[in-house]
Amino acid sequence: MSTMYEVLPGPEHFLPPAAASMGVRLPDPGQAHIHGKIVNEDEAMEVAARQFLSAKVPTIFPGPLVLWAWNEKAAKKATAIRHLYETIKESVTPSQQAMLIPMPDYRPKYPKINPEIEINPNHPNLTIWHNKIDACMFVGVHCHQANLSLKIIRGGTYCYTIAMCAQAGHEDAMVSFRDATADKIMKLADWVKKLKGSVEPPKD
Amino acid sequence: MATQSLVGTKNRAGQVVEDPWKMMHEAERTPCFFTGSEVIKEAIRRANCDVMIAYPITPQSEAAALIGELFAEGFIGDYFRGESEFAVMSQCAGAAFGGARVFTTTAGPGTMRAMENFPMWAGARLPIQMIVTCRGINSPLSIQPDTLEISYLLNTGMLVWHAETAQDFYDWILKGYMVSEEPDVHLPLALCCDGFFVTHTKDVVNLTPADMCLPPYDPYRSPVPCMDMECPPVRMMRDPFVMKSNYISYATHASWQQEVWAAIERSRKHAIRWLDGLIEVDRPDAEILIVSSGTAVSQGREAQALLEEDGIEVGIVKIKTLRPWPGDEIREATKKAKHIIVPEFNVTGWLAKEIRATIDDGDRVFAGPHVCGGMTMPPEVIAADLKKHLGLKSESLAGRGS
Repeated sequence: MSTMYEVLPGPEHFLPPAAASMGVRLPDPGQAHIHGKIVNEDEAMEVAARQFLSAKVPTIFPGPLVLWAWNEKAAKKATAIRHLYETIKESVTPSQQAMLIPMPDYRPKYPKINPEIEINPNHPNLTIWHNKIDACMFVGVHCHQANLSLKIIRGGTYCYTIAMCAQAGHEDAMVSFRDATADKIMKLADWVKKLKGSVEPPKD
Repeated sequence: MATQSLVGTKNRAGQVVEDPWKMMHEAERTPCFFTGSEVIKEAIRRANCDVMIAYPITPQSEAAALIGELFAEGFIGDYFRGESEFAVMSQCAGAAFGGARVFTTTAGPGTMRAMENFPMWAGARLPIQMIVTCRGINSPLSIQPDTLEISYLLNTGMLVWHAETAQDFYDWILKGYMVSEEPDVHLPLALCCDGFFVTHTKDVVNLTPADMCLPPYDPYRSPVPCMDMECPPVRMMRDPFVMKSNYISYATHASWQQEVWAAIERSRKHAIRWLDGLIEVDRPDAEILIVSSGTAVSQGREAQALLEEDGIEVGIVKIKTLRPWPGDEIREATKKAKHIIVPEFNVTGWLAKEIRATIDDGDRVFAGPHVCGGMTMPPEVIAADLKKHLGLKSESLAGRGS
């Protein structure tokens, strides 16, 4: 299927389609995608860093794969994620509020989650709406649950989504990296540091 | 990846784990004269399978029994018979949830009896491989070849491939695991063939070395957590969030379904690489094309030769995968065709309907000939129907002694 579909911030539709079903293809190793278009990874790094720096509430959503030190790689990634969060926090203006909100598990919770402290893949929009999050990055979330969330977010919020995926990437994010490692996360932090001061902060 | 690091090590049966691409494309092949059922056994011997669960139903019983021999020889981690096809497919799910590479076989009424499990497998993202040796499903009972059951599988969320020959079968069983276990796909595969025509016919099949096997399944690359009883999809089944009557539950379930179908789309890239395209085209410039899947393609080839003797040039399009559906490929392959003939071994002509819905000017599709209930499809019938469709004279094949 040839594609004209662009993966853009919503709110898109009552039920937005899966980007893969609209012809968006995942990048190959060494590549990334921006809005569904395959690009080289550095280009996506810059766009992701700019999104963090220009958002009112830039937020990282770490998932279960990096929240527990179940292997050495996970522990290293967690350290890198903390470093990225600290870098964003140091790089934004006082009017911006960087957040780090975990997705600790995937259990649907009723009557509802506490959006102050967590995000859930079954209703991620609640956390985004509550905290007025306008740019976010998923990392360490199992691919199925990340895609579930990313479509719901695109459907009902205006949040700009970034996926730092350890596997093949996510078409349903606006920017997606694949084969994520601790080094790749640190590289994104370097991009944030590099662009600090050169990106216009959000207007009130 | 973890699987790469295991290349060169030995599995439980003493086979050497090989890079799968090298094993399938570069390893020396040995020609063997086998039935389709024996070919299934030989593919599974090299598939590094953890679990096979069996239940007898013709025409897959022989393959299921032969795989029991593999278990006795140490090539399969576990092997047992379920209480019914429904039980088998549920047990397959249990094994796959636990992180095992799972294989099973079924046919006809067995497929239908187990049907509830297939969308569950897909929704739970379990890359189970199921061989479907198609046969009649309706009353009165028929154990003979008939592909109607494939049409029921098309909307389950499974990958559905349709093998033409025993060689396809051998290669696609092994390649099927490589595609279906990709983390961006991670879906069950229904690998179908026409029962008896493939399973009980002997053919020369080129086999890879028996001392080589695929890398083991790595459940840590799964897009869902492996056997976490507190999380979907496992928790989903004991405490379904979709049972809650609110918008959030519905939206979650909708997004979940979309994700399954997105995964089928993602399999396209991998299937194209492993199967060398989703379709195969012979004589793409012909104005008349026979387009089909399974052994109807083989009969189409014979009809092509007959028609050539009469000076009628016919091309062949072999459809390898039904899910993912090769829509772009079929549109491209048929763009010059004036007549598209779709022979099928089923009463409804489901493949012709899919093709008609895919291409511009669907009136070019001639849905036929159809045979079913175990009837053979002589190439003379395809040739005669095609001539009749073109308004040419052809001999009647139905009469006796004429």
